[in-house]
Parts: sequence; structure tokens; C-alpha cells
Amino acid sequence: MSAAPKRSALPGFGLSMGLTLTWLSLLILIPLAGLFVKTADLSLSQFLDTVTSNRTLHALRISFGLAFAAAVVNLVAGLIIVWALVRYRFPGRRLFDAIVDIPFALPTAVAGIALTTLFAQNGWLGAPLASLGIKVAFTPLGIFLAMVFIGIPFVVRTVQPVLIDLDVEIEEAAACLGASRWQTITRVIIPSLTPAILTGFALAFARAVGEYGSVIFIAGNLPNVSEIAPLLIVIRLSEFRYADATAIAVVMLVFSFLIIFLLNRLQRWAQTRALAVS
Amino acid sequence: MTITIINSPVTVERAQSVARQDLHTEPWLVRGIIIGVAVMFLTVFVVLPLILVFSEALSKGVGFYLAALADSEALSAIWLTLITAVISVSLNLVFGVAAAWAVAKFEFRGKTLLVTLIDLPFSVSPVISGLVFVLLFGAQGFFGPWLMSHGINILFAVPAIVLATTFVTFPFVARELIPLMQEQGSQEEEAAISLGASGWRTFVVVTLPNIKWGLLYGVLLCNARAMGEFGAVSVVSGHIRGETNTMPLLVEILYNEYQLVASFAIASLLALLALLTLIAKTILEGQIEEGQLPRDD
Repeated sequence: MSAAPKRSALPGFGLSMGLTLTWLSLLILIPLAGLFVKTADLSLSQFLDTVTSNRTLHALRISFGLAFAAAVVNLVAGLIIVWALVRYRFPGRRLFDAIVDIPFALPTAVAGIALTTLFAQNGWLGAPLASLGIKVAFTPLGIFLAMVFIGIPFVVRTVQPVLIDLDVEIEEAAACLGASRWQTITRVIIPSLTPAILTGFALAFARAVGEYGSVIFIAGNLPNVSEIAPLLIVIRLSEFRYADATAIAVVMLVFSFLIIFLLNRLQRWAQTRALAVS
Repeated sequence: MTITIINSPVTVERAQSVARQDLHTEPWLVRGIIIGVAVMFLTVFVVLPLILVFSEALSKGVGFYLAALADSEALSAIWLTLITAVISVSLNLVFGVAAAWAVAKFEFRGKTLLVTLIDLPFSVSPVISGLVFVLLFGAQGFFGPWLMSHGINILFAVPAIVLATTFVTFPFVARELIPLMQEQGSQEEEAAISLGASGWRTFVVVTLPNIKWGLLYGVLLCNARAMGEFGAVSVVSGHIRGETNTMPLLVEILYNEYQLVASFAIASLLALLALLTLIAKTILEGQIEEGQLPRDD
């Protein structure tokens, strides 16, 4: 990384690079490395015991499983939203376009108490749902809905610019060659959107896995039922079981990175394929 | 080639039927359903929670609302939130500009790795972002004993809150500036240098005007996240009342104590901040596009 730049006429490489690397190391890399060093306090069997204890496994399954389900919903809903926003004209379109970013901008604690009040049994949406026999707040369903909420912007915002730039002539060509509208969408449009869709999916998933603020209020936080992994880390910390907290954090980080890495590979594969199609 | 296609009777029929409908849209019923689903989804998940925050905050009248905000704990939380945001946004502003200059203006090995590392905090759970600082500065942490023997408080005090916030908001400015500066290239800067301008002067006179809207955009997003961060700050704050509670933490405390109106009152300020950020963002996006137009042509 410290290799000299290829003959640039501009000054400031040393200064800007030095500043960047120093800052990055001090604030991000060294603290994160500390996490892995700290797990070394545990012997391998202790580490495995912590990580494979029922409560930990359950929390990890809740966080990763529900985050995956929420990201899938975000993918489908995101595509519908982005299609409506880009391809159709309807009253309030610009307003709805702007509010897609709200889950990104609204502090998570605010989202958390708002969603909980909304879906509580006497809430605006919770009451009608309760009369149908569906309990949302303080159940895994509540966690799932909070994760759907925070994931909304990702698929929309990654797919939107690609869909806007997509050449309409390609669609016309497909239609002229006899493709039905459905065939045009599934064989021509979707393949060119796939890399962006996968990026949005990965971002929404990563965000939901680690999400804390908007989830803990609506979760109920019952061990082995509705306890997410980040909350278990906080609980272990408050019990001063630092090594246990760290072990859970390391597993979460490694899993998240693996999944993001896999999705990146998948995305690159889709990109080359999309290029081949067009 | 067109002639041969049209000569085939099947294709003629097909071409005519295609020509009758619009080539690139769906039947009105499908359109209606898609718009309906999109609007419903956004209304349930985004509009309703937002309206609810303000309606709960004002449910006991404006007097009660203002009293909740003027409470001394609320004021100290607002103050701490502002200070934290100012410090971490300034730090990330300097870093973001330096990183963007290095990445956008020069070629070097490991650039992709560097950009990935800068984005790293986005894929780390906020709770883990707080945890790493507990491990460094806590009583059982690497530097904890030394800090304690010298009477320096970092954890459960303002420094750790600032550090955790800076960690979480680390990528915002850099990731706005890098693509913008890459797209702009460096011909203008090279011209200024070859005409004898110093590096600093080139940056201030040539680069800064080109990136000002993108920079402001990054700062805005960074600030919104800094003021609203909950998970990371919650882990390192220690929740000392009137001292280490930021606004989002106070929202949680009041909510758990069933002081719902007060909790939603603080929350409404944060929601207002989010709304203002989005409005400013929409305006800035227009400015950035306008600034780039002559380049695109």
C-alpha cells in the first residue's frame, strides 16, 4: 500500500496517505484487532463452549435467520418500490422517493420506540392485528419487522440509478423481437439489475444482523426466544464476562465478513454475466 | 434484413400486436397494483412511525412537550450530543478529505483493500463498535489499569462516547468524496500546479470549490448518524444521568421508565433532525448534479 504513486504531478500523496493510514489504524484496525487478541484469553474449548451454548446459538440463529428473511422481503419490496418510483408517474412520487431514506436517517432508538408503540397490542397497527390473533410486539415477528424497516433504503438506492440508466432501446428491441413484457423483464431487465440487487441485499442483510437500537425495544428480549446476538453481547458485558462477549462478537464478525465476501463474489459473477447478456 | 423479417406472416402479426401496446410499460392494472403496494409498504413502515413520534410527543399538549425538553437532564443530553457530533464530524471531515485525495488522485497498489477497510465500520454491529473500546479502555482492558493508575477517565466518559461515534461515522465523508473526486479527475489540479500554485493553494482554490457540495453532503449524513448513534454509545457511556447520556440514550431511559411523552419529545427532536437532513440532502443532490452537468456534456 505504501508503493510510490505512478508519476503524478500532484503533491500531497505522502501527507494524505500518511494521515489516512494513521487514522484508519488508530481508530478502526487496532481496536478491531484487540477484539481478536482478547478472544485469545479463552482456551479453544472455552471459546467453543461459549459459542455453542444454547443461548448463544439461539441468539445467533435469531439474528442471522431473521436478518436473512428481512433482507429477502427488502429485496422484493425494494424492487416493487424502485419500479414504481422510476417507471411510473403518480401523485406524491417525489415525496415517497425522499422518504425511502428515512430508515437510514432516523436514529435507531427513535425508530425502535415508534415501531414498538405502533405494533403494541393497543397500537395503531398492533390493535387490528391483535384482533386477528397476530401478536407482533415482543415476539420474533416484531424483530423481523424492525429489521425490514431498517433495510428498506438499501435495495432501492442501489438499484435505482442502474434502472434509471438502463437503455429503454434494449427493451424495445426485445419487444420487437417478439418477447412478451414478462419475458423482457425476466430475461433482459432483471439480469442487468442483478449485481445492484445483490449489493443492496448484502447491505440490508449486514445492517440487520448487527442492528441493535431499532430491534431491542420491540423484541421482548426473552433468552432463547427473542434475544438477538448484539443484545447478548451487551448482557455479557454488563455481567463483566468480557471474554464471552468478545467470543460472540468474533463469531458475528467472521460470519458477516464471510457472507459479504460470498455475495461480493456472486455479484462479480452476475456482473460479468450481465455484460455478456448486453 | 428487416425486409426478410417483415415478409414472414407470423412476425408481421406479432409486430402489429406489439405496436398496439406501449413497448415499455405494463397494463394499467399491473401498474396500479405495483404503485399501490409500494405506497402501502412505505406508508406502513415509514410514514406511520414518523407521524406517531410527533403525535405521541404532543399528546399531552405543547406545554408538557416544551417542559419535557427544558428538563435539565434533557438539556445536558442535547449539549453532550452536540459536542460529540461536532468533534467526531470534524475528525472525520479531515480524514475523509485526506483519504479521498490519496485514493482519487493517485494510483497505488492495495487501493481496493484500502477502500474496503474504510467501509469496514458499515458492516460492524454498533454494539461491537462500542465493545472494542471497552476492551481497550475498560477496567479489564489493555490500557485500563494504566489509565486508572493515572486517573484518566476514558470509558464511561465523554472521550469514549466521541471515539465510538467517530468509529461508527468513519466512512461517511470519505465514501461521498472518493467517487466524486475520481470522476472529476485531476487535470484542473495539474494545470494549477504547472502554473506554479502550491499544493495547498491548489487544493483550496481548485479542488475545494469542485467538491464543496459533495463535502457538505457527506458532512450532513455523518452528522445525522453521529447525533443519532445508539448501540455503540450505549455500550461505552455507562449511562450516568445528566453526565454521559446522549439524546438517543435518554430516549431509551425515559421510555423504560414509562415517561412516554418525555421520551417521544426527545425522540421528536431527533426525528426533526432526520427530516431536516433529508430535505437538505435532496437540495444538495440537485446542486451536485447541476455542478456535474457541464462535465457530462
